[in-house]
Amino acid sequence: MNATLRHVFLASLWRRRLATSLSLLAIALGVALGLAVQLIHAAALDEFGRGIRLLNGAADLQVLGSRAGFSDELYARLAQRPEVDQASPLLEIETRLPARDEPLRILGIDLFRIGAVTPSLLPVSANPDEAAPAAGDRLDALQSDALFLSPAASARLGLKTGDRLRVQVGTRERTLRIAGTVPAAGVGQALAVMDIAAAQQTFERIGQLTRVDLRLAPGVTRALAQARLAALLPPGVAVLTPDDAASEVLGLSRAYRVNLTMLAAIALLTGGFLVFSTQLLAVVRRRQEFAFLRALGLDRDSLWHGLLAEGAVLGLIGGLLGCLLAYLLAALAFAVIGGDLGAGFFRGIAPQVRVEPVLTLIYLALGVFAGLAGAWLPAREAARMVPARGLRAGDEAEVYRARPRWGMALGALLLAALICLLPSIAGVPVFGYLAVLLILAGAILSLPGATVAAMAMLRPGRSTLWRLARTRLAAAPGQTVVAGAGVVASVALAVSMAIMVDSFRGSVDDWLTRMLPADLYLRASDATASGYLDPESVARVAALPGVAAVRPVRFETLRLGETGGAIALIARQVDAGGGLPLVAGTLQPPTGPDQPYPAWISEAMADHLRLGVGDPLSLPLGARSHPFRVAGIWRDYARQQGSVVIEIADYRALTGDTRTNDLGLTLTDGTAPEPVMTAIRATLGEQLSEMILPGTLRAMILGVFDRTFLVTYLMEAVAVLIGLFGIGTTFAALATSRRKEFGILRHLGLRRRQIGLLLATEAALSAAVGVVIGLLAGGAIALVLIEVVNRQSFHWSMDLQLPVGLLLIFSLSLILLAALAARLSGAQAMRQDAVLAVREDW
Amino acid sequence: MNLKRAVSFQPPAASLFESDTWPSRLACRNAPIGERLRPAKTSATQRLVAGCWRLTNLFGTTGTARATRILLAAVCWLGLALLASARAEDFAPVLEGRQLIFPADHGAHPEQRTEWWYITGWLTDEQGRERGFQVTFFRVGTGIGADNPSRFAPRQLILAHAAIADPDTGHLRHAERVERALDPLAGATVGQTRAWIDDWSLTLADGAYRTRIRADDFELDLTLTSDGPPQLNGRDGFSQKTPDPANASFYYSRPQLAVSGRLRLADADRTVTGRAWLDHEWSSEILPEEAQGWDWIGINLDDGGSLMAFRMRRRDGSTLWAGGTLQQGEQPTQILSPDQVRFLPGRRWQSPRTGADYPVEWRIDIADRRLSLRPLMDDQELDGRRSTGVVYWEGAARLFEADHEIGRGYLEMTGYWRRPLGL
Repeated sequence: MNATLRHVFLASLWRRRLATSLSLLAIALGVALGLAVQLIHAAALDEFGRGIRLLNGAADLQVLGSRAGFSDELYARLAQRPEVDQASPLLEIETRLPARDEPLRILGIDLFRIGAVTPSLLPVSANPDEAAPAAGDRLDALQSDALFLSPAASARLGLKTGDRLRVQVGTRERTLRIAGTVPAAGVGQALAVMDIAAAQQTFERIGQLTRVDLRLAPGVTRALAQARLAALLPPGVAVLTPDDAASEVLGLSRAYRVNLTMLAAIALLTGGFLVFSTQLLAVVRRRQEFAFLRALGLDRDSLWHGLLAEGAVLGLIGGLLGCLLAYLLAALAFAVIGGDLGAGFFRGIAPQVRVEPVLTLIYLALGVFAGLAGAWLPAREAARMVPARGLRAGDEAEVYRARPRWGMALGALLLAALICLLPSIAGVPVFGYLAVLLILAGAILSLPGATVAAMAMLRPGRSTLWRLARTRLAAAPGQTVVAGAGVVASVALAVSMAIMVDSFRGSVDDWLTRMLPADLYLRASDATASGYLDPESVARVAALPGVAAVRPVRFETLRLGETGGAIALIARQVDAGGGLPLVAGTLQPPTGPDQPYPAWISEAMADHLRLGVGDPLSLPLGARSHPFRVAGIWRDYARQQGSVVIEIADYRALTGDTRTNDLGLTLTDGTAPEPVMTAIRATLGEQLSEMILPGTLRAMILGVFDRTFLVTYLMEAVAVLIGLFGIGTTFAALATSRRKEFGILRHLGLRRRQIGLLLATEAALSAAVGVVIGLLAGGAIALVLIEVVNRQSFHWSMDLQLPVGLLLIFSLSLILLAALAARLSGAQAMRQDAVLAVREDW
Repeated sequence: MNLKRAVSFQPPAASLFESDTWPSRLACRNAPIGERLRPAKTSATQRLVAGCWRLTNLFGTTGTARATRILLAAVCWLGLALLASARAEDFAPVLEGRQLIFPADHGAHPEQRTEWWYITGWLTDEQGRERGFQVTFFRVGTGIGADNPSRFAPRQLILAHAAIADPDTGHLRHAERVERALDPLAGATVGQTRAWIDDWSLTLADGAYRTRIRADDFELDLTLTSDGPPQLNGRDGFSQKTPDPANASFYYSRPQLAVSGRLRLADADRTVTGRAWLDHEWSSEILPEEAQGWDWIGINLDDGGSLMAFRMRRRDGSTLWAGGTLQQGEQPTQILSPDQVRFLPGRRWQSPRTGADYPVEWRIDIADRRLSLRPLMDDQELDGRRSTGVVYWEGAARLFEADHEIGRGYLEMTGYWRRPLGL
């Protein structure tokens, strides 16, 4: 068997190098994408988990509020509870650093308390040696300007002990001194620690905490303490287990991670298809060879195993290549875009690629599996062959006599439609992905039937070639299946992407128009960071010549619902400020003294909290709950965790918070923005504010959008190219196996050129059928992506938009390219002498 | 395979309001750095407060071994900080002539840098077994955060330290806590004796002190009553520590405190009685550079009187200054001048842990009397190498005169540990 295996089967892979390398490429790509995604996420999650453990330490429970925090008076009350053994107060601040892009996470801690709960955050002074008492102030950690950097932060900022770091508070600058390190913070965690009193003072957060970590007294269960302590908390403050708090973030990123994994799996599936096509053709071409071997004594099982071994070897080599590629890709991704593939879930961590033996083996096995699965049907086909019949000429046509499978195709599509109605599982649109697979399967199953039907619909025509091609395809629809399965798959995926991306872009464009009504935007920092504009700064900007009106926006977070999940709060002018991209409700709710305050919630929040227009909603603002009513539901592409918009006047009245994060400026007619920008810079300081024109911002955002999808388009092109290669190799193989047929046609008077044309016509017809089915399937998949996968994963909707022109050009060029590929690859088959070709047919 | 990017695309629009894709073009390099220069340090940082030798082993060692290790490493510098950090000029000097007024002066004096309420004594349980105990609350002004309205402003730190000398154990059991003063969690009250950190506390009410300490391996709940007035040390409570009167403290003692209460060791609860001694002392600067350490005793005499004596040692072991207060029976209190107190080291004991060599037995000459002092047990060393880096000996001792026991109390010896080479 070993010699047979080597000479008959594996050597065959080497003989058809082009087809083999295409299959290898497809499998390698699938494995590489899948494994790279897993590697990146494993590393990022690992580092993220380390960060969570580091920050949570040994806390049994955590009391968490919004980003603005809660009164620190609560801390003393919690610390004195009998349920509580240790309480450690924290104030967490994303600090904007002037002249640096990345903010720095600063944790204000109580040095005397942190050790009992999160000892890894303990700062260590640079001069612990008492032998040098004059070297510095021994109470350094308590000094109001003393900051301690974790090794990762130190490396990122390029600062060492004794250096100074400028931080931004509002529109002012403060200078902190690097007094030492946080050595136990681990290599991947970029953070800084300072005394809590100093943090409150420096960042103007007197009286506020963002978190209290609790260690419970012996014998007190978490559930009991949670229930009792919850009663003490003001609205908007939640007591959670550290796992809850961590899963808030992990839950948000889960849909994203599963998405990538699933899509990488689809890539692997396409690889399996290619193996199927090439193996089937190889089996057909070697039909007589196999019949001969069988007649010589090769038993059925050996043939079957040999062919499976071909597939497995393809899968193994492809898988090995893929694994290698995956590690390269992962390393590249970490170097270029960071551990979350640019999605912004895990900021402030620097994960490293590590060898993951289990994952690697799993993906290697998946590669082998794809190879085996692709080889399965062809191997079965070959093993079932009756040797006596297989030795006869023309028997290979049997393989192409595919029966229409309308029933199965319809069943698959129907099932796909049905499972689209099912909800997601743990936030992952499992059924959406299944539906995508079912649609693909249904499309491929419908290929033979559709080919027959399409040929029946075509007019016979006068041209001999046309009639020959039409008859051939109608009689051997299996040929279309073999040649077209890859086309259908790649076209369907490409088309669905094109439709979804186009819809997405259109909706984002519209969303940007609604969200950016002003002429110029000004902010002190990223909304999550420590910069803000105070009323005085806003007034000074509003008073500048050329400024007609200012629209302040304030960003906050809230904790809502029983689970205490954090959502984004946006306080701004609503109707007067450009409106909102509403999907339901109104911008002009009824007003009056008895009416609850209006709130406009995002689709994600509506989904999470099961709210509809008109529903009452209670929002914790300024440590008290206030009655709101859902006036509308809007589309928010920015905040997956959910967001709520309220009128800024209501917000200020309820909280007394007059700070502004973003300021939209309307300029007087005829005023150019540039001089206004110069004036603002002169007013607020060069580095402490950021300004941008909505046009620039919009162009930038759409530019990023297009760049993101440019990669997608490039990958699509590769997929389509592989599909085209598939058509080329298919027709080359077909042409070889039809040498005798062509010989007879030549004898009947057809010229070599005409035979080439015949091949091209057949290819064009096959491709056309494949493309049309691919278009239909692609449209269906796009619908599933938009209505099921995106809705369930990210809770946002988009308006369906069909890029008709693009699809038309794409389809036509694909058909033409298919014809060209078939013509070129068939050329060799036609070079043979007609007489010789016929003589083979005894 | 192309679905990947699209379905999972996070629109960059997200960045408009929530993240940081705003271009950093506004960034510019040569902005003026508004550094707030910190005030220059004075040599005062070198001045160790003599009493602060007692502060040395202050930091908690609870939690897991790992946590402990890190904690200990981390607080190393802080322990020393408490000794030397804040500048004396931030605090009111101790000047002779101020009259101590009670009960007001039982309370805290936050205008001075350092203050402690220091209880030492002997306990006897139902079985007649004797043990030494020590409970101390320190208040330390940091000179930090005077301008900070935060409730966490670390203007004052409260430290507490407790130890049990049990001959059955053979060494000290001890526990520490430290917190910033933050009402109602930790603090030291002005106007009355009340110092606390969580459930550790010391209070004076109706003439009785009450102290409660709960540590992992022991617990104390004691009531200490005094029938006499505070014993003013030095000149009406002004206790000079060196030839320079700038190095001084306000210092009074409460000897002969009758103790009753409860002691838990491991899991066994014991009812205990005994005699104790309380020192209340506060100052802004005491110890000059030439002092290496000090020796101190506080003894309740069997005749109802008391003896407090101390000496400051130079680096060569010679006496820099000495003083004391003696009350015999019903006789009037006698303030001892430097030449009336002599500490003569006797038998020595070397610590197996630190290698420090302590004179655990002493001959002490008070005026014309020759007394000798012997410890309850030899190993009463507090090893703070891994926390504060300071090691000292603080333990129960008996006082003899002509081989007759005449009193019991506590002996404290600091500055005997020499850092071994290479560490």
